[in-house]
Amino acid sequence: MREPRGVRWTRRAVLGFLIVFTGLPLYAMATSALKPLGDVQRDWRWFPSKITFRPFADIWTTIPLGRYFLNSLIVSGAATVLSVTIAIFAAYAISRYRFPGRRLFSVSVLSTQMFPGILFLLPLFLIFVNIGNSTGVALYGTRLGLVLTYLTFSLPFAIWMLAGYFDSIPKELDEASLVDGNGPIGTLLRIVVPAAMPGIVAVAIYSFMTAWGEVLFASVMTDSGTRTLAVGLQEYSTEVQVYWNQVMAASLIVSVPIVAGFLLLQRYLVAGLTAGAVK
Amino acid sequence: MTTLVDQPPAAPAAGARPPRRRVRARRRRIALPYLLLLPALALELLVHIVPMLVGIAMSFRKLTQFYIRNWSAAPNAGLGNYRVVLDLDSAVGRELLHSFGVTVAFTVVSVGAAWLLGTAAAVLMQPVFRGRGLLRAFFLVPYALPMYAAVITWAFMLQRDTGLVNGLLGLDGPDAPFWLIGGNSFWSLVVVSVWRTWPFAFLIVMAGLQNIPQDLYEAAALDGAGWWRRFRSVTQPLLRPVNQVLLLVLFLWTFNDFNTPYVLFGESAPREASLISVHIYQSSFVTWNFGLGSAMSVLLLLFLLLVTAGYLAVASRRRRVDA
Repeated sequence: MREPRGVRWTRRAVLGFLIVFTGLPLYAMATSALKPLGDVQRDWRWFPSKITFRPFADIWTTIPLGRYFLNSLIVSGAATVLSVTIAIFAAYAISRYRFPGRRLFSVSVLSTQMFPGILFLLPLFLIFVNIGNSTGVALYGTRLGLVLTYLTFSLPFAIWMLAGYFDSIPKELDEASLVDGNGPIGTLLRIVVPAAMPGIVAVAIYSFMTAWGEVLFASVMTDSGTRTLAVGLQEYSTEVQVYWNQVMAASLIVSVPIVAGFLLLQRYLVAGLTAGAVK
Repeated sequence: MTTLVDQPPAAPAAGARPPRRRVRARRRRIALPYLLLLPALALELLVHIVPMLVGIAMSFRKLTQFYIRNWSAAPNAGLGNYRVVLDLDSAVGRELLHSFGVTVAFTVVSVGAAWLLGTAAAVLMQPVFRGRGLLRAFFLVPYALPMYAAVITWAFMLQRDTGLVNGLLGLDGPDAPFWLIGGNSFWSLVVVSVWRTWPFAFLIVMAGLQNIPQDLYEAAALDGAGWWRRFRSVTQPLLRPVNQVLLLVLFLWTFNDFNTPYVLFGESAPREASLISVHIYQSSFVTWNFGLGSAMSVLLLLFLLLVTAGYLAVASRRRRVDA
């Protein structure tokens, strides 16, 4: 099909604009991380006056980046593992069984995604503080509280996406396994989970991204010992005197693994993300 | 929950009682899906459902800093919190209304721009050309980037004296504009928000386009329809269901956005860019009056529910008319 010339020129103009718009911050991040401090304390420079890797080393002592990193890694990792595990069981129930309350569960869990986080924040803060006071289980200020909170953020979407994935695995496989004497749980673990691996990996990436980038709850629910990267970097970047080259180096460090993982598994993630909207 | 699990199995066929083993197996089969859902359900209750109910209860109490550690002892306030929050003669009410107005303006502009850019990019990238896959991956980077890393980078770019934006515009010296305080901060917020959300719109519209059968375009082309006509009569109507969901999701995300302004401006957002989530957060944790904060949150929830219900009603009526 031939296109009119106008469309071709519009394409060049629009895509060109979007490339610049998308690329500018990425360019700023990547080049500024290689600049000596003097370069980021004067008028903007497009190129480093000399390339240095010092910011990548210095940021670890300017702020306790190592501790933030460890906290983020523990919290996001634990939230991901738990969220994916819980979602696998729930999604199996939704995909393979018809039972009263099935629809209600799916709809209400998904709709919690739409509510403003600020609505849960104040009560959750109070509940965590009060649980700590009455039972001694410290949820406020600890990683555990954050793990529990984060895993529910990704849980609805994880259940939904995995249920869709399980639906696409033929039921005959389950039946054969049941005939072989496996129980339902054995069938889930031995047959369905291996067959759904790409979907499970995509869900895990999504859960990890959600926890890794969260700011609102982390800013309230953590103390100086359990600060995550998101809050730690945010706090530092709003101080009066900021070493921007080091902050850009830190941003690069925290972004590259996530972006790489996303782009590598793009195909699975995109399929899951878009399935709901398109269906 | 337990009542459902313990429910006796349906009456067995008339005559002989079924062997006990089979009863137990049947009971297990009924209980199994609920057991599988139990962990998910328990956590959703703990983190979403119960806090929401507690939040609603809190909004009817005089919950100040003295009662944080024992909130059930807080005195009843009736509708007092709502009266304060909605009183336009009081500073609290006026600031809330101001923040609401800012949020509405921010949402309309950001969602409109993000949707437009996403749709334009998706439609223009429909035909295959060299480097298309690469470009698509590149456009998804803002979506994959940890949100705070992206917004911190923008904060750096928007610095008055050292930032890229003033460098790009060739503005320096004493007349250079500030981007993170004053009236400009609203537009900074819009640009950063659009930068973060348009790739999502792009992603969804792209998936919607892939679901349009190619022969529709070929048939339209055979009928002599030009590019624009094909866009109007094939692409647009077939994308409508996708767009309906997309716009609703974008609206809810943008309206509730806390992270972007919080990371961009820090604890104290400029008045011109004070979105409602940040406003509630600030007024709750500055004064430690959680009763007022909860009343504002409940009003926000009611507003969102109303808009969503109205939107869905209009959307489904339209769909029925079209059908």
